[in-house]
Amino acid sequence: MKISGEEVEKVARLARLQLQADEVARMTRQLDDILAYVDKLNELDTAGIHPTSHPHDKVNAFRRDEVRPSLPREQALANAPADNGAAFTVPRVIG
Amino acid sequence: MTPSELTIHQARTLLDSGELSATELTGALLERISRINDRIKAYITVDEAGALAQARRADQLLSSGDGGPLCGIPLSLKDVLCTKGLRTTCGSKILKNFIPPYDATVVSRLRDAGAVILGKVAMDEFAMGSTSENCAFGVPENPWKAGHVCGGSSGGSAAATAADICLASIGSDTGGSIRQPASLCGVVGLKPTYGRVSRYGLIAFASSLDQLGPLTKDVRDCALLMNVISGHDPRDSTSMEKPVPDYTAALVDGLAGVRIGIPAEYFTAALDDEVEQSVKNGISMLRDAGCEIVDISLPRTEYCVAAYYIIAPAEASSNLARFDGVRYGYRDPQADSLLEMYKRSRSQGFGDEVKRRILIGTYALSSGYYDAYYRKASKVRSLIIEDFKQAFERCDLIASPVVPRPAWPLGETTEDPLALYLTDILTISANLAGIPGISVPTGMSSAGLPIGLQLQAAHFNEEILLRAAHNLEQRAGMVGRKPPLD
Repeated sequence: MKISGEEVEKVARLARLQLQADEVARMTRQLDDILAYVDKLNELDTAGIHPTSHPHDKVNAFRRDEVRPSLPREQALANAPADNGAAFTVPRVIG
Repeated sequence: MTPSELTIHQARTLLDSGELSATELTGALLERISRINDRIKAYITVDEAGALAQARRADQLLSSGDGGPLCGIPLSLKDVLCTKGLRTTCGSKILKNFIPPYDATVVSRLRDAGAVILGKVAMDEFAMGSTSENCAFGVPENPWKAGHVCGGSSGGSAAATAADICLASIGSDTGGSIRQPASLCGVVGLKPTYGRVSRYGLIAFASSLDQLGPLTKDVRDCALLMNVISGHDPRDSTSMEKPVPDYTAALVDGLAGVRIGIPAEYFTAALDDEVEQSVKNGISMLRDAGCEIVDISLPRTEYCVAAYYIIAPAEASSNLARFDGVRYGYRDPQADSLLEMYKRSRSQGFGDEVKRRILIGTYALSSGYYDAYYRKASKVRSLIIEDFKQAFERCDLIASPVVPRPAWPLGETTEDPLALYLTDILTISANLAGIPGISVPTGMSSAGLPIGLQLQAAHFNEEILLRAAHNLEQRAGMVGRKPPLD
C-alpha cells in the first residue's frame, strides 16, 4: 500500500475537497495504483540532475512598474455568487 | 461541394471573389449544426445570433476590401478558452454559468483577423482526460462510428472539424489533447512549441505543459491559423519573443535533405497491428518525398507517463485552487462557514477525474513528499529533454504513431484510469520537452476508423513539421474523405 484511506482524507482536507465514504475507498484504491506505477521513476539515477520547471531558458519576464487600466469592478463582480456591490461576500470564517 | 465541406483556404477564395457571402457560409454551418449536432454532440454552446452578427460584419469588411485573413471564416473553440460575453464552462459543472469578462488573446487575434465564432465545443473537464467522456455537458461521439470515442481532451474540436460543423477549431494540448483526438477523428492537429502561442485566457490545467493549437481539415489550413494565433504576448509571461514566419511558405513539395528519425521505443508490442502498418506506410511516403530515414532511440520514453502524471496533476492542483466559490463559478448555498463553502462547492462542482488529479497533485507537492515525487519527476523531465536534444542531432523530425489503437467504444476505459493514462505514452513527452508535434491523417482501419501519424520537431521548428506534413498529406489520400454522416 502506497497510500491509506486516512492519508487520502488528509490530502483531501488540504485540497479543500470533501469525499464520501465510498469515494474515499475508491480514490484510495485508484491513487494507490497510480502511486505504485509512478514509483518506476526511482529506477532512474537523477543525482546531480537539475530539475526542469519550464522548457525554455527565459527568466524574469518583467514589465515596467506602471499603472495600467484593469478590470472594472462591475465586470469583476459580474459572475459573483454573492456580492454587496463593492466586494464579494462569503459566509463567515468560523473558529 | 457544399459550403460546410470547404477548407479555410477554399472558403477564402470564394469569399474574396464574392461567389459566397460570409452570411451564407455561417448560415450553412449553423444549419448543419442544427441537423447533425445531436449525433455528434460536439457543441456545448452555439452562439447563433453572435455568429450571424459577426458574419454580417464580415460581409461589410469584404465589400470594402478591409477583411483580414480569416474574414468570414466560421470556427469553433474548445470550451477551455475565455470568450467575452459567451459562456465558458471548461466542460465542468463548476463553471456551468460562467461568462468571461474578457477574450483570450488567441480569441482576440482570431476576431481581429475576421473569424466568426460559431460556439464552444466539448472537452474533458478542465482538459483532464483522453476521451472527452469527462465532459459534464454531453459526451461527443466519433463522426466515423457512432458510440465510439472522439479522443480527448479536445474531442469536440476534432469531431466538429471532421463532421464539417465548423471549418476548423482551436484546441489545447497538455499531454496530447490536440494530437490524439485529431488522430482518432481523422483531422490535422498541431501542438505548437511551448511559448509559441499565448496562454492568456486559456483556463489553465498545467502551466508548464499547456499549449493552444489548430485542428483543421488539411495542413494548409493549419498553417493559416498558426499565422494568426502565434506570437509573443506581454500578458503571458511564458510566451517567447520569437518572430512568427509565414507558415504557409513552409508548404514546399519535396523533402530532400530532411532526416526523419524513427524511435525504437515508440514501436512496441502494445501497438495495434493496423496502426503500425498505417504509420509504416506513412513513413514510406515520406521516404518517397525524398527524406532519409534514420533509426534513433529515446531511451527514457518508458518514464514519461510516470513523470507527467506527477507534474501535470501537481500543477493542476495549484491552478484549480481558484475554483472556491468566492468570485465565480458554483457556490453551495447551504454552506455556513467559509471552509464548508470551499469544500462543498468544490466537491459538488468537480467531477471524479478532476478530484483524482487534484488529490495526486496535492499529495506530490505536500511536505515530506515533494522531493520524492515532484522534484524527482522534474529531474526525470530534464533527462527526457536530453533524449530529444541528442535525437535531434541525428534527425530533423521524429515520426511515430499518435495513439496505440484507433477509436474505441465509449465506456470501455472509464473504470481503469491508469490504463487510460498509458495510452498517452506517444504524445506526452512532447509536452514535457516543450517541442512541437503534429498529427496527420495517414490511413484507415478495417473498421473504418482514422489513423494518424505524428511528427515532432525541435523547438520553434514548426516550418519543417508543416512541410513534412504537407508532403505526407499529398501522398496519403486522406484529405476530403468524409465520415458517413449524411
